[in-house]
Parts: sequence; C-alpha cells; structure tokens
Amino acid sequence: MSRADIRMMDGNEAAATIAHQLNDVIAIYPITPASVMGELADSWSNRGRHNLWGTVPQVIELQSEAGAAGAVHGALQAGAKACTFTASQGLLLKIPNMFKIAGELTPTVFHVAARSLATHALSIFCDHSDVMAARTTGFAMLASCNAQEVMDMACIAEMATLEGRVPVLHFFDGFRTSHEITPVEVISPEQLQILINPRLVQACRERALSPEHPFIRGTSQNPDLFFQSREAINPFYDAFPSIVQNAMDRFAKVTGRQYQLYDYRGAEDAERVVVVIGSAVGCVQETVDHLTARGEKVGVLNVRLFRPFAAERLLSILPATVKAIAVLDRTKEPGADGEPLFKDVATAVFEACSEGRWPGQGLPRVLGGRFGLSSKEFTPGMVKAVFDRLGRTGGKRAFTVGIDDDITHLSLPWDDTFRTDAAERQVQAVFFGLGADGTVSANKNSIKIIGRVDGQYAQGHFVYDSKKSGAVTVSHLRFGPDPIRSTYEIQNGEADFIGCHQPRFLQRYPMLDKAAEGARVLINTDLSGDAFWHSLPGSVQRSMIDKQLKVSLIDAYKVAAEAGLGKRINTIMQTCFFALTDILPQDEAMAQVKAAVESSYGRRSRRIADMNLAAIDMALTHLIAFEVPTQADSLIPLHEVQADEASRFVQQVTTELIAGRGDAVPVSRVPVDGTWPSGTAAYEKRDLARELPQWEEDLCTHCGKCVFVCPHAVIRSKAFDAEQMERAPAGFKAVPIKGAKDFPDNTLISYQISPDDCTGCTLCVEICPIHDKTNQSRKALNMVPKESVIERERVSWDFFSQLPEFDRTALKTGTMKGSMLMQPLFEFSGACSGCGETPYIRLLSQLFGDRMLVANATGCSSIYGGNLPTTPWALNAEGRGPAWNNSLFEDNAEFGLGMRAALDKQSEYAIELLQALSSQLDAHLVAQLLSADQSDEAGIRAQRERVAKLRERLQVLDDPRAETLYALADKLCRHSVWIVGGDGWAYDIGYGGLDHVLASGRNVNILVLDTEVYSNTGGQTSKATPRGAVAKFSAGGKSVAKKDLARIAMDYEHVYVAHVAYAAKDMQTLHAFREAESWDGPSLIIAYSPCIAHGFDLADNHEHQRLAVESGHWPLLRYDPRRAEQGENPLKLDSKPPSIPYAAFARTEARFSMLARANPEAAEAFLAQAQRDASERYHRYEQLAGLSWEKHDEQ
Amino acid sequence: MSNKRLSTRYLGLELDNPLVPSASPLTATVAGVCRLAAAGAGAVVMHSLFEEACSRDHELLHHFLYEQEVGHGEADDYLPVPDSFQTAEEHYLEQLQTIKTRIDIPVIASLNGVSPRGWADHARELAAAGADALELNIYHIAASAQESGAAVEQRYLDILADVRSAVPDLPLALKLGAHFSSPVHLVAQLQEQGADAVVLFNRFLEPTLDLDTLKIVPQLQLSTAMELNERLRWTAIMRAQVALDIAITGGIHSGEDVIRTQLVGAQVAQLASVLMRRGAGVLGEMQRAMLAWMDENEYDSLQQLRGSVCHANAADPSGWERANYLDTLDLWRP
Repeated sequence: MSRADIRMMDGNEAAATIAHQLNDVIAIYPITPASVMGELADSWSNRGRHNLWGTVPQVIELQSEAGAAGAVHGALQAGAKACTFTASQGLLLKIPNMFKIAGELTPTVFHVAARSLATHALSIFCDHSDVMAARTTGFAMLASCNAQEVMDMACIAEMATLEGRVPVLHFFDGFRTSHEITPVEVISPEQLQILINPRLVQACRERALSPEHPFIRGTSQNPDLFFQSREAINPFYDAFPSIVQNAMDRFAKVTGRQYQLYDYRGAEDAERVVVVIGSAVGCVQETVDHLTARGEKVGVLNVRLFRPFAAERLLSILPATVKAIAVLDRTKEPGADGEPLFKDVATAVFEACSEGRWPGQGLPRVLGGRFGLSSKEFTPGMVKAVFDRLGRTGGKRAFTVGIDDDITHLSLPWDDTFRTDAAERQVQAVFFGLGADGTVSANKNSIKIIGRVDGQYAQGHFVYDSKKSGAVTVSHLRFGPDPIRSTYEIQNGEADFIGCHQPRFLQRYPMLDKAAEGARVLINTDLSGDAFWHSLPGSVQRSMIDKQLKVSLIDAYKVAAEAGLGKRINTIMQTCFFALTDILPQDEAMAQVKAAVESSYGRRSRRIADMNLAAIDMALTHLIAFEVPTQADSLIPLHEVQADEASRFVQQVTTELIAGRGDAVPVSRVPVDGTWPSGTAAYEKRDLARELPQWEEDLCTHCGKCVFVCPHAVIRSKAFDAEQMERAPAGFKAVPIKGAKDFPDNTLISYQISPDDCTGCTLCVEICPIHDKTNQSRKALNMVPKESVIERERVSWDFFSQLPEFDRTALKTGTMKGSMLMQPLFEFSGACSGCGETPYIRLLSQLFGDRMLVANATGCSSIYGGNLPTTPWALNAEGRGPAWNNSLFEDNAEFGLGMRAALDKQSEYAIELLQALSSQLDAHLVAQLLSADQSDEAGIRAQRERVAKLRERLQVLDDPRAETLYALADKLCRHSVWIVGGDGWAYDIGYGGLDHVLASGRNVNILVLDTEVYSNTGGQTSKATPRGAVAKFSAGGKSVAKKDLARIAMDYEHVYVAHVAYAAKDMQTLHAFREAESWDGPSLIIAYSPCIAHGFDLADNHEHQRLAVESGHWPLLRYDPRRAEQGENPLKLDSKPPSIPYAAFARTEARFSMLARANPEAAEAFLAQAQRDASERYHRYEQLAGLSWEKHDEQ
Repeated sequence: MSNKRLSTRYLGLELDNPLVPSASPLTATVAGVCRLAAAGAGAVVMHSLFEEACSRDHELLHHFLYEQEVGHGEADDYLPVPDSFQTAEEHYLEQLQTIKTRIDIPVIASLNGVSPRGWADHARELAAAGADALELNIYHIAASAQESGAAVEQRYLDILADVRSAVPDLPLALKLGAHFSSPVHLVAQLQEQGADAVVLFNRFLEPTLDLDTLKIVPQLQLSTAMELNERLRWTAIMRAQVALDIAITGGIHSGEDVIRTQLVGAQVAQLASVLMRRGAGVLGEMQRAMLAWMDENEYDSLQQLRGSVCHANAADPSGWERANYLDTLDLWRP
C-alpha cells in the first residue's frame, strides 16, 4: 500500500466515502454531529460522483429523521441500495422504521455519529445513549473507534448486511471520531469491487417489491402467527457474527487490515481487563501499553460487534488469568441494574462459569462503570483509576469515572498528573483562536500537510465554543512517528507548542497551564518588548519564567492588512507555527504551506492565493523572538467573573463554568432536574466589541429604535425621576424626556449601553435616524473606540442597572419609545453579532416577559437561549420573567399547546375553587377576580394585587381547598404561551404539529424566526429556503419556491397571522406582536431573520431586510380574525407593491449570487421565476386584502 | 449596413462606420453586444471591468466561501462552495472571448482600475482574452487639497505608462474627464507616452442629495444633446495639435450629431444614451441620416469631411475658442 492512498480525513468523511459508493439512494436530514455525512454525500452527487455501479446516487433531504428513515425503508423495499446518516434524537425518530427494516430482513447500513440523547438538557456531544436506545430494533450494531475503522467498518458492515440480511447500525463517537482528523488509508473502488458481491446486491433487488412479480409485505398479523414469525428470524441473527467475521477476514485479504469482532490487547496473563466500545478504546490501549511495559497484568477488550452479541467469541479472547473485569459503558440507564454492555458481559461471564465453559479459576469479578457522557474527557489517568479499582476488592460494583460524585460516591478518584509513554514520542500543540479568525481551518490544513509526510502520523481535534459571537476555539494537534491513539485532549503540562491567536486570551484563559517545560509559545500581538511583558497577567509571566518558555511574537493583524487579507490571520499564524517547530524542515514546510494555499485558492481565485502567498513570506520576516525577563512583575490578575452579588449557586457553579472549570464541579452542586436560574448571562462580560456606540444626548429624540434593533439587549433606555441623578457617577448621561406630557414632571431619560456585553455589531448606529443638523456624519449614536469610553461606560452601566424600572402600567406600550422603556428579559445571549433573530425575542421579552412561558424548538434560538454556561432569559425586580423550556425539535408546537392546556386547566380549577370558597372570602374580591379585565398592563397588575390579597386570606382559612387554591391562585392572572422556533422546525420537522396546534384554536402564540435555512446546523435547505438560493442540500439552487406558511395559516381564518421584518417596518412588527398576544386564539408571526448563512455582513442586516420587503421577497402583512368579526377584510398588507427588481435584493446576498457565478444560466432562470413569484405573491395578497368581507347570509 | 463612404479607422482598426456603442449596460451582455453588432455598429466598447468590483468580489469570496467558520461546534460553514465558479473578472474575460467568436467587428475592452498593479494585470488579461483594443476608463475625482492639477495629470500618465509596458502592442485609448486645466497639453503628453486615442469626455455619474433623507444618492442620467457642444469644441481644438485618434462620447443623439463629430476631426462617435432610449435600431437610422446629409452636401466620404471644420481649418477659428462670447451675450434679451 503506498502513501498515496492515505488521506487525512475525519470519521464523517470516512463513513460518507463508503456510503456514497455503495448506495443508490441516500435519505438525509441534518443533525449534529452527523450532518457532514449528508452534506458530503449531497455535494458529491451534485458533482456527479458515481457509486460503485457507475451511477450517481440520489440524495434526498427529508423533513425529519423519521421521514428519512421512511424514505430509506421505501427505497429498500423498491429495490435500491439505500442508507441514511444520523445521531441522537434523529436516531430515536428512525427507530420505528428500524424495527420494520430489520423485521423484513432488509440489508442496509445506518451510519451514526453517536451523541447524547436530550434528557434534563440537550447535548450535542458524544455518548452512546442514542445507539444503546436502538439496540432492541433488530439492527446489528458495529462500532468503530477511529476514522480508519469508520471507513473499514462501513465497508465490512455493507459486506455483512448484504450476505446476512441483518441491517447494521454502524456507529462511531460524535466529535471525537466524527470530527477528528487523522490519516485514513482509503479503500479504492477496485478493492470495493472485490469486496462487494454483486450477486448479493442483485439478490436485494430481486427481493424488492415489483408489480412484475407481485407479493405483499408488511401485513397485519394475529396472535396465531406473529410470535412464530419473530422467532423465524433467529437463524439469521445466529449466523450474523460469523458473517461479520468472515467479512472482516475477506476485507483483510484485500486491504491488509485485519479486524476481529472483539480485539484484545495487553498482557497475556492479564488479571485486570477493561471492556469498552468506541473511541475510548484508543486511550485505554495507550494506557495498557504503558502499564504492561511496567509489568502490570492488564489488558483491554475492544467490542466492535455489540449486536448480535457474540458472547462466546468475546469470552474466548479474554485471558484465562482474568480476575476482574471492568465493563465501561458510555451511557446511563437510570434505574437499571447496570448499563447494556456491562449486563451483556456479566451475563456472558456468568453463563460461561455456570455452564463450565469459563477457562479461568473461579468467577471473575465484573464491575460496570460509566464514563464519558456528553464527551466528558476520558484520560489515561482515569483508565489507570479503573485498573486500580479492579485491583481492589470490595466496594460498590458500579462506578463512574471522570467526575466527582460526592452524593452517591460512585466516582473513582484519579491522578490528574498521570501520563503515558505515548506523549514522549509526540509533538503536541494547542491553539487558542477566535471562531471566525480561521484558526481551525488553518490547523486542519496543517494536519493535512503533516499527515502527508511519510512516517508521520497526525491527529487534529477541535473544541468549539457554545457561543456563536466571539466564539473561542481550541485546537489540539498531535504529531508523531507512531499511530496516535490519544483520544483525549492535550493535558496540562504536555503541549510543546501553544498558539495564542488573540492577545486578549492571555488575560482570560490560563492557556500556559497546557505548556510543557521549554515549550514554544507563539502570540499574536501588536505589542513587543516591555509593553508586551507588562500587558501580561502575573501568572502568565510566572509560567513563562518557571517553564522556561520560548516566546515568539507576531503582529499578525498588521501583516494581514499589509498583505490585503483584512483580518484573516490564519495563513500567517500557520506559517509561524511551522517556522517555530521542527516538525518539517523549514523549506519543505514553507513549500507545503504554499502548496496548500494554491490548492485551496489557486484554482478558484488567483488574487486570494497571491495575497496568502505574500502573507507567508511576510510572516517570516515579522516573526520576532521575545526574551523572557527573569522576574515577574505584573500585578494584573487573570480575568475572573465578578459575581459578588449573585446567588451562592451562581458563585459556586455558574462562575466556575464561565471560567472553564466546569469539569471540576461536583455532582452535589448540580441541579438534579435540569433547572437553572434565569439571567446569568449578565455575569459573563465577554468583552467582544472593539468599538462601542456612544450616545449623543443633545441630538437624541428618544425614538427608541436603537433599543428595538439591538440583538443582544445591550443598549437600553430608562425613564426615571431627576432626583436619581443625585447619586449618578460623573459622566452618566440623562436628559429631560421628550414627550414629557406622557410622563411625570422631572422625568429624565437615559440611553445606556452595557459595554462589556456589546458585540460591536453597529446596528444601533445604523438605525439611528437623527443626524446633527450641522454635521450629517454625526448621529445621536456613533461608534467610538472602546478604550476612549470603556471606564465611563462601565460605571454608568452599573448605575443605570440600579435605577428602578419605569412603571410599565404607565407606559404607552403601543409606541416605539414606550415599549422600548420596558425591561428586556432576554439579554446578552451568545447569538451571532448582528443576529436577525434575537431582536424579536428581546421584543417578546419586553412586552410579555413577566407573564410568558416559552416553548422553544431546538435550533439556534435554543442554543443561544439555553446553552450553558449561562442563561440569557432574565427576570425583573419583582422576580417575574419568561419561563423557558426546550423539549425537542419536532414537537415544539405540541409542547407549547400542552403548556396552554395546563395553564387553562389550572386556571379553570382555580376558578372552580374560588367559586367553591367564595362564601368564606370577600365577595367583592371574588367578583373582581372572576371578572377581571386583563387586556392591558394595568389590568394584569391589578389582578396580581388581587391574587396577593386572595392568598393572604386563603392562608387563614381552615379548608383543605384553600391550600390548593393558594398554590393555583397565580393562574387567575393572565399568562401567555409563546412557541418559538426556526423555519426548520416550523416548515419542516414540526410542521404537522404546528398545523395541528393552529387548528386547535387554542390561545397560543407562535413565533417563527425565519432564516430560510437550518441555521444552527450549518445552513441546510428547509422548505422556507427561497427559490434560486444556494444552501446545503441545494447546491445547485433550490428549484421550488418557498412555502407560503402565512397563507396556509390564514386558510383557517381563526388564526392571527403576521409577516414581519423588524428593520423594514418597526411599528408593524410592534403592532403584530401586541395583536398576536391579545388575540384569544392561535397566532402565528413569521419573522424575517437575516442570518450569516445568507452570505452578507450582518452589519448590513437592516438594509437587507428593506431590500427583501421592497423587492417583494418578504411582503409585510397582518391577518387579524377580529377584523373579520367586524365585517372587515381581516388581511392588511403593510408593505407596498414590489418597487425594486428581485435581482436588486438577490444580488446582494452570496446565497443567491453564488449561483450566478457557478451556473449563470440556471441563476438567471431562477431569478426570472423568483421575480414572477414575488410579483404574483404580492398580487395575490393584494387581491385577498381587497376582497369585500361582508357576511354571507344563508338563504 | 455597410457603406465604404462611412468607413473610418480608429485605434488602428478598420471600421465600417464611426458608430461605436460605448461602455454601458447595453454592452454588458453577449446578447446585447451581438444585437448592437447586427444593428450596424462599427465597433463596440464592452462595459467596464472594474478593479474595485474584482477586489470586492475576492473579498466576498474570501469571507463567505473560504472562511465561513464561526467556531461553533454545530457548523463549520454555511454556504456550499461550488467546484468551479466565475469571479467577476473571469466572467468578463469569458464574455469577451465569446463575443469575439460571435461578431466580426472590433471589440474594445474597457478597464476601470484603481491600483497600478490592477491596471497592468487586468490589461494583460484582457489582451490575452482577445480584445482588439483597450479603453482605459480613468475615474478619478481629485478630491484632495494636497493633490495638484499636475499630480492629477501625472496619475493619468503613470497609469498609461504602466499599461503600455504591460501590453506594448495593444492599441490603447484613454477616456478622459472634461475637467482639466489644459486638456490639449495633457492629451499631447498622453500621445507622447504611447496613447493611441483619447475619448472625450467621460460622463462621471453625478450623485444628488435626497432632501428627505439627506443621503447622497447615486443616479444615472442619460446625456442630453447639449453635452455634445463642449466635446465638439475640444476635439476641434485638439485635432490639429495631436495626431492620435479622437473618439467623442456624450450627447451624440442623431446622424447629424455624428457628422458634427467628424467635421471637427473625431474618428468615431461613441453612443450610449441614444441607444438606451431608442434601441439598437437607431444605428441604422443614424447611418441613413449621415448618408443623406453627405448626399445633400455632396461629400463622398467621411474621410473627406473629417476635420474640415476643426480649429485649424475652420473659417472662423475663434468661434471654437471664446465662441463669439460677446456676440452671443448680446443676442440675449431679458
């Protein structure tokens, strides 16, 4: 096998490579971390790549994973080779079809990037809770523990399923394997031709449905036969392990890589053995090698085939000397007697012993341990702890490792400083980059460069942020002469190289803890010499001195600017990395970096290639060595979260998570049911902006538009009594409020930003309509350099935050100014800078936050809305605020409907109790409670006060019903339910539920944040994607028009419907939100939400909304059934007929303009059709809005 | 329509007639150019390749295709990157190549550069793609108090020198604005530096102010016939003093206007507004009007009349200078 066949790739690519070659139909649906498999398959088919049989596989995106499974089932039944990819909840949605597919003995392979199932919380990270939930389906389960195995097992699974007819769930660990880049020896098409038996493929086709030789399958069976039928499949399952092993053996003959169903590694006379599945095998093997080299009698058994479980084969490779076995499961079954693998192994051992087949002396102890849930690190130190546990008798049989369980004391302590020999022969490098600065892509590039060199192995693992704005990425790269099995992050004291791509990270992250003695450190900074040294925290200085670090500096931003690369520093930092390490000879390294640039850009853009090539040369001349002084003299501390006034919980848990020390939080401090306090995003202070908006109080007219558009609720307005200014710090700005007649005398107003929460998106400045009459360039808000105002703004914000909120019952909430004086109860989220969704959510929280339950579909809004470490949903001074939950992706409308039903039922019950107890209560109060008008803020406030009085009286009643009513009394106050989600949910996976909820007529409010793609998973096509737009799964441009969800909803005639775009017509948006909430029935607001997936700078977000409306792409409308009740036409068009060509909108966004470059004819045709769509759609609405709405009298 | 009586020679190229559609949206597509050629254009100037547009294009590609990552675990990128696609520059070059295969009249490329390297690199690419000649559309607004008139002129000369050395054999025309202190002096220098023609005058887009928004609003205004007069004057004055070719652009709306351009000594008349208003068919109409005028006035060819009323040949040369300033004023009565 020559090196030419080795490519650097991740597990997803490895799986997709085989799946695409061995299938005719691939049904897909995006879900992290499996999305990439579908994306690759789709893109290959788009480019005309053939499968093994010389035809291009059809790749179909479905509306859900359940849909994908159904489509695969259908495709299989109709004779195609078909497959799918998925993870987590997606796999759960496929389970019903998996039972069918397996029940029908249909060969197929489902490739799963294993991921945690959502329980108390969603997690995108890895464990085996998803695949283990599918173990009863009848699918065989075959595991891979690295990208090479993924490719190989994908092939072996196909070979086996074709022969044995048992479908296979092939799984590998999400992120650790699906995203980790390592060298993979690629199976060639010629080898596949040998391995895949065409006769077996033909047999599949012959078993398929065909009217040419008809039969029926999928009957309904009765008690007489069903049981026997289930048992009739037994021979297939009995034979399957041997079939898989035979496939492995044949595979070895062709590729040279021999696998076993179960592999053992370690001492032949091992007494302690760990049994494990998946990527953790690498880490355990590495540790076993280390320990056996020191004479320890340990070993590891790698389970590849989990179903059908071949107990005898598994036991047969265990050394007879084994005295203790630890079976590690990467999943948890609460209440079970042990996790699945443990129970199978334990049963196997017990049976073998009881039947006299166990070769050893006596029954070995079998312990079950849980590890690695949600990608929890699993290190050699932890493996050592497991072996140590096996060396001790007694104690609990079950254990966990990797956490501190101080409640049930199941966790094993481990030595955090334990290291294996493997590290000694590796170069380890850690890079801290900004999400958007290209650090990850540069490192992937470096990995590929090094991996191509003979005799070098490489591994790249990437740790991403939970935030989307200002995300920090940490890349862990290892290189060495041996295959790398270190399936864990680079640990403290190990890194030979640290790259700090953003200077401020040195103040925020203790990154040098990772550095080994004498490591090289590369820092991107515009400082040098003393200025650099004195900018460092004391602990950083001490690390540099104590560890004798070799520090080099480069002003990468300067080099990038000079090379014409703007702020893109990735090539520069990559060049410096190679220059400072001796992984490759310098000349070769530079040649390779340049070759990579040519390969990335050269073919497509000469100019970009040239700029990068110039940057490479410039980087080398700008790289300077920094002489580390011998004395640390800095008093600057590392950044710590300031939460002195926060709750004990926030101080003990949230601040630890923010600081990156969450792994050390013990079980006792963690909420048992996923309940977290609101409003903790305010503690993060992420310091992202380089420029801040500054308020010019002399110009401002107090219109409130800046507050209205702020995606992060950073700019606020507050009205307050002038007396408050007596305590104001110097520099705090406030002026008499304009429109003073609506406010008490002496009312001041202030517009204030939270400087450490601002992302610098500039949208508030853009929307500001007020210019200085003597200088048009000066607005009432202007961006200024942060340094010039930061201290003043911090002090001002602290003061502003403590000012009381203005009485919301006294505000004109139908006006922009009035509504923007309401306190946002959604703040400082991790959404992208300039996000087009969050202004709607912030508005929601201002208008209704104190009485709102939120059902949030999975997606961007559930991630920036609920991804720890902190929570942006906040609460007011009264302790009220939005109560939020995310159930799933597919069920959100139903989830919200359930909330409504619960509120209504409790309210009904409260009324019943109130009436029952009325004789014991103040009759006037009861009457008022029952007849309260809660249609405005004052009405709601009055009812809350009545409820408080009621509760006072209930406390003294001696009636058991009083206690119940006391608990339910707040349900007598108005609560609103908001069902929030993106277009992927509303138009696709959740559409059936959404439709049902609309039809129910219940009083729920649905907010669809329409970005026109699946934003959170990377821009895949949804049914909201407009015609002609390029998106993933529509690389050639979406060929059908966007679904008109508004019109569908209007058809019910009892649904309030609005189409809004907040920056195109702000008052229309405000009215729509208020009208929707006030409508006692279902309401649906479809909100245009510009997104980074559209391919433009979100600083231009507002202009794009205007263009979308003016071109007719996004007509503004409100359909209010109340108007129909009054004999008026319920539909009001709020935007004018298209006034600019559709092209004037479309050409400004890369999602459209890309197609014009790649396929101008198609783009032109789409554009013409989209123009017609826009015109006709508006025209149809215009006609509908123009209809007379008189009552039809039945004759 | 082909009639040797109307033939002319411009930039060393033989043209059947002097009607040359200038760089405009009409010459932005292959179909548009073919339509104009079929309707009887003598040559065609393609729409301009803007270096700024190319740079912005690269910036966009860089940002939205090559480096889309934001650092979030669920998405490395958002927009699929096609295997092959055209940059603005490649699109232009392909158009040029296609046009060259479709029509047999000369095709003059137009380049609007920014940086010295941009001018030279793009000029080379346009020459390689088969342009018969190149028009340098220099759009420079001298907006700095630090930049002298001489420096502005030097900028033009430098650009010309850069391009000339990049494409030594390609005929070059410079499209100039009208606002030079001494246009004839500049044109003479350009000729010395290797220009083959000048195009008089560039009509810079003049933005206006929106009184509702107080925003500066770009606007495209078509030329008026009055604009021709300034061009006639300067062509008449230059004609005898410089040997390079002159094209007049701006305000030519009829066959008679074209005759005027020829009388003052221009080789070609570049047209845009009249084509945008009246369509390609106006080319035939203008040629017929020209021939009619020539018949009526007994001219055999444009060659015969070209330059016959230029400053040097005019019966009253002072008419081209102060344009009988006092007499004209005297005619006006309140």
